[in-house]
Amino acid sequence: MWRFIAMRVLHVIPTLIVISMIAFFIIQLPPGDFLSTQVARLEAAGQSVDQAQMDALRERYGIGDPFWVQYAKWIGNIVLHGDFGLSFQFQQPVSTLIADRLPLTLALGIATLMFTWAIALPAGIYSAIKQHTWGDYTISGIGFVALAVPQFLAALVLAYLGFALFDQSVGGMFSPEYVNAPWGVGKFVDLLGHLWIPVVVIGLAGTAGIIRVTRANMLDELNKPYVITARAKGLSEGRLVTKYPVRIAMNPFISTAGWHLPSLFDGEIIVAQVLALGTIGPLLLEALKSQDMYLAGGIILIIAVLTVIGTLISDLLLAAVDPRVRFGKA
Amino acid sequence: MSRRRRTQERDAAREIAAATVGGDRPMDPGSVLELQHLCTTFHTDEGAVKAVDDVSLRIRRGSTTCIVGESGSGKSATARSIIQVVDHPGRVESGRVLYRPASDGPVVDLAALDATGPGIRSIRGREIGLVFQEPMSSLSPVHTIGDQIGEVLELHERLAPAAVRERVIDDLRRVGIPRPEERAGAYTFQLSGGMRQRAMIAMALVCRPSLLIADEPTTALDVTTQAQILDLLAELKESLGMTLMFITHDLGVVAEIADDVVVMRHGRVVEHGPVDQIFHEPRHDYTRELLAALPQRGAVTVTEPVPAEVPAPARPLLRIQDLEMTFEAAAGTMFGRRRTERVNAVDKVTLDIPEGSTVGLVGESGCGKTTLGRCVLRAYRPTAGKLFYTGADGRETDLAALSEKELLPFRRQIRMVFQDPYGSLNPRMTVRQVIGEPLRVAGLASGSELDGRVEEMLVRVGLKRSMAGRYPHAFSGGERQRIGIARALITEPRLVVADEAVSALDVSVRTQILELLAELQGDLGLTYLFISHDLSVVERICDQVAVMYFGVLVEHGPAEQVFADPRHGYTRALLSAVPVADPRLRGTRERVVYESEGSAA
Repeated sequence: MWRFIAMRVLHVIPTLIVISMIAFFIIQLPPGDFLSTQVARLEAAGQSVDQAQMDALRERYGIGDPFWVQYAKWIGNIVLHGDFGLSFQFQQPVSTLIADRLPLTLALGIATLMFTWAIALPAGIYSAIKQHTWGDYTISGIGFVALAVPQFLAALVLAYLGFALFDQSVGGMFSPEYVNAPWGVGKFVDLLGHLWIPVVVIGLAGTAGIIRVTRANMLDELNKPYVITARAKGLSEGRLVTKYPVRIAMNPFISTAGWHLPSLFDGEIIVAQVLALGTIGPLLLEALKSQDMYLAGGIILIIAVLTVIGTLISDLLLAAVDPRVRFGKA
Repeated sequence: MSRRRRTQERDAAREIAAATVGGDRPMDPGSVLELQHLCTTFHTDEGAVKAVDDVSLRIRRGSTTCIVGESGSGKSATARSIIQVVDHPGRVESGRVLYRPASDGPVVDLAALDATGPGIRSIRGREIGLVFQEPMSSLSPVHTIGDQIGEVLELHERLAPAAVRERVIDDLRRVGIPRPEERAGAYTFQLSGGMRQRAMIAMALVCRPSLLIADEPTTALDVTTQAQILDLLAELKESLGMTLMFITHDLGVVAEIADDVVVMRHGRVVEHGPVDQIFHEPRHDYTRELLAALPQRGAVTVTEPVPAEVPAPARPLLRIQDLEMTFEAAAGTMFGRRRTERVNAVDKVTLDIPEGSTVGLVGESGCGKTTLGRCVLRAYRPTAGKLFYTGADGRETDLAALSEKELLPFRRQIRMVFQDPYGSLNPRMTVRQVIGEPLRVAGLASGSELDGRVEEMLVRVGLKRSMAGRYPHAFSGGERQRIGIARALITEPRLVVADEAVSALDVSVRTQILELLAELQGDLGLTYLFISHDLSVVERICDQVAVMYFGVLVEHGPAEQVFADPRHGYTRALLSAVPVADPRLRGTRERVVYESEGSAA
């Protein structure tokens, strides 16, 4: 097992190197560089520019150097010092900006994931077992509607309902009085009160796909001979379904579970933007709009790295639950 | 947990009591099971299909009763109806399933129990065990066999986990699985076909049921493994004192093991009687038909193949010389060290295929016979060796050395007929397209000429011209195999490789297809390489037989000689394992077991 993990980790390293190059290439694409833009802006505002500081920054980021030298400095700072560079727009280190928003982003991402799976998996299993019944049609119908309604629209509707029915403040993760308050029970309850809207909006759209896949997988598995065997042993329907077909129908989810890791990090950008959530998604959007290259590059790099790590986790999980993968038979 | 269990047991007892049939002698005390006017219907979109249509039969306590019939005769559906585990749209509509576990005990009507209720569940697995045909798909691939067997014990007997494990290991040993402590932790794909079926039998028997229903338990196995499993079942039946209900399509197996026989057709019982009567004084025409189709009896004479016309030593159409085919398989991934294993699927095989003859290639699954066939077709490029093919102009060419492009003209001369008549025809192509494709892609014919040749070929294989526009799903298995043969013959080949071409067919259809092949050989001067695991078929139609074992050609000679006087130990073992289709000859033949260093289970 350890050997397998070690091999997989070794495979990950070249992938990560290539990804980091592509990420840096992308953030280099806009013409000009952020220092010259900043100098221009400061001069336009009539301020003098501290030449020594500019030179120091120029030196630090290797502005004007060839691509490979700049890339080496950028990635060197990240790997050796954990320094993602300075955000041009916010005038703060990129790592600080991300760290500020990380807890809320993760809270939203994890809550959404739990919500999605907690609803979708049982619904999918139920609709497979009760195929061609009203229960099945209802679940499938709701699933399709949830998939078809644009998320931003659902977000707006729910935000309005929250405002009209529960007298909630629209947008954001906190009511105004808690935004700058220190953490406490009150603030946490307030967070939960706001969190449900994005969780339901993002989660519902995700459930539809998972319900369809679970249902299809289950329908395949329910007709397999081993289910008849289990029934012929005298197992009750509930127990045999959960022990045999469900176990096997879950494999596709386990093999893609790791892909949720990057989405935990960036969240749903559009919904977060509509609801003005303080997560990392809108930050990325903002950075891309204002050509804030180190901020955008840092976020893109982290998302890419998380994708690779997520895939690795999925592979390991799948090997842990499915002996056919473990013994190389599937 | 134990409280829940008690409630369940009480519910089960109550349900069974409610289904208990009193009255005046509801069934013969000598029977363990009696079906009375049983009907099982599958409700589909096309309407209701009566899979089991008013079936009445009885199974004597302690007997082996065989249910025989061709595919679709309702024998499996009958077996599954007994404990109500029919596949999805099926339901037991009416009739009674009277079950009497003890000769002086009460009679329970199993058909009156709720299909998912605790009553029938307390009988499944505990009193009536079920063994299925394909142990690979009938066992879960992601649970160990120990887990799956132990589950039955946990369910029906209150045993502690340690005791469960002990019983599982004991029972695995009892069914002849070596190193049971280790094997209990194995997954199905780590076991051979025979071992998997043994595990399945252990699972069905772990609670010592009084009735074991075995649904084609040996059909997916090789003859030698089949013989072992049949011996095992007979031995277990004896030692555990149970009754065996055995479902099969193979009359040879019936003759070997049955006390009573039930012949089924189209969901109905055609004939029911003791085995000797069924085989020697069959009353129903259908039973006679089935018996006549048995290859060993030779009742159907196949047109003698051509050798009479061909001058004595026919020149070889194909000379296979020192052919080798090696596959590289990666073994051991996660826990073990990764190593590349070389498998010699075909190991230095030398064989001549005379023109106009039928050469049979026999052996167990995994012996390399299919690989050899595919090398001949050049679907595989052999690792080493030569394939000298004599063209119509008398020139010899080494097919093994040719490139894909150089092979093209030969692709039309060497053709293949596949085993599975369902999987080998594209369901979205009409018969005309399927048969005409080889000519069309070779650019040999098109338009009305192509259609004309396809229709001619259809008539030739015994189908009608008007069938050309239909899709494969409209045809039965035998008709599909005819389509497959037409597709092989449309390019006017000289050598046809038939890889288990009749194995998937019912006996009566099989006879028709064999007759067709023989007829076509006479008319068109074909040469066949006939690959089969079924020795009786090979004996009947082949001029020469080659026996393969673990990639090596162990014996080769004229068919009569190999079958009458086998020289190699493996051939002898193989022949002795074939069931004799006459109950009166039961036990007259000694079983030979062949063990070589390569054959460890």
